[in-house]
Amino acid sequence: MTLHGERVAGSELIAQRSAPAGPTVAAARTADRAGARSTASGTSAESGAPGVSGGAFADPGPLPGGPGRSSRFNVASEEDLLTVRHAVRAATVEAGFGLVDQTRIVTAASELARNAYVHGGGGSLEIEMPTRSGRRGLRLTVRDDGPGIPDLDQALTDGFTTGTGLGHGLGGARRLMHEFQVHSRPGEGTTVVVARWNDR
Amino acid sequence: MTAPRATGVPILRLGDVLITGLLNELDDQSAVAFTDELTERIAGDGARGVLIDISRLEIIDSFVARTLMELTTMARLLGARVIVAGMRPAVAITLVELGLQLTGVETALNAEQGLTAFGWHRMPRPAGEARRDAPR
Repeated sequence: MTLHGERVAGSELIAQRSAPAGPTVAAARTADRAGARSTASGTSAESGAPGVSGGAFADPGPLPGGPGRSSRFNVASEEDLLTVRHAVRAATVEAGFGLVDQTRIVTAASELARNAYVHGGGGSLEIEMPTRSGRRGLRLTVRDDGPGIPDLDQALTDGFTTGTGLGHGLGGARRLMHEFQVHSRPGEGTTVVVARWNDR
Repeated sequence: MTAPRATGVPILRLGDVLITGLLNELDDQSAVAFTDELTERIAGDGARGVLIDISRLEIIDSFVARTLMELTTMARLLGARVIVAGMRPAVAITLVELGLQLTGVETALNAEQGLTAFGWHRMPRPAGEARRDAPR
């Protein structure tokens, strides 16, 4: 099937913080091949693909919490990076996260927003505050329309950088959050969705 | 070379030690400008030590981490020793999880301990008073 062939060829990853990248990629692709997907542009988070037991969205379906509140910010300048940090910090406080979790989430947001700004030529960051099984959480969706990431495994490798950072941005953000997804194909931009749930 | 952009970050001199700090609102351009300014001061003042207080930094992401590591290296090349002081515990936890160890950057718990490492000490107390490290 052309659609599936394209998807497998493209860079897509669903991963849990602790899961090694390789097998998880395989699991996601297997799920794709199982025909759970009907559109090429949907996100895997809502795909409801069965059998992705190792993935972060093992219990998918529309993520609970409903539409909830969400706010969206442009990431097109360095001032925007600071604005985004403030907004994410405020949201973590509102969601009741402790200080260390606040710091983790704001740091991850900073990495992802900078990626969108530096590599994607600007983009947007959306903050959602879903709840699941009574736990509050924070979900960030960072989008850009940049060149995309040709090799995701490489981009997730510590120390790999094409910019001015240390090459820990994407992989670091994955470790700082409970859930991590990145959709990217060359020429079609990059979308990263991360979430962290409040244990308190 | 154009004049460094003013960052508004004070750089104080105490003997041969420069004392400064990073602000939470430091954006990328300011971070670069700060690096320029500080290295100029190290050379100009003949500083042998630089204390950078980072107690106001609420996060350190990979860009700030890189800035600190580069600053440390530049200062070392200019003959000065850098001590980064006052990192918040939550920042330390996050940095490690991020995979960053600030390799090569000397740290101190707070500015006072950093200054102590540079050889600065509190004023000696008048005779007869208990030593400050004596058990009370």
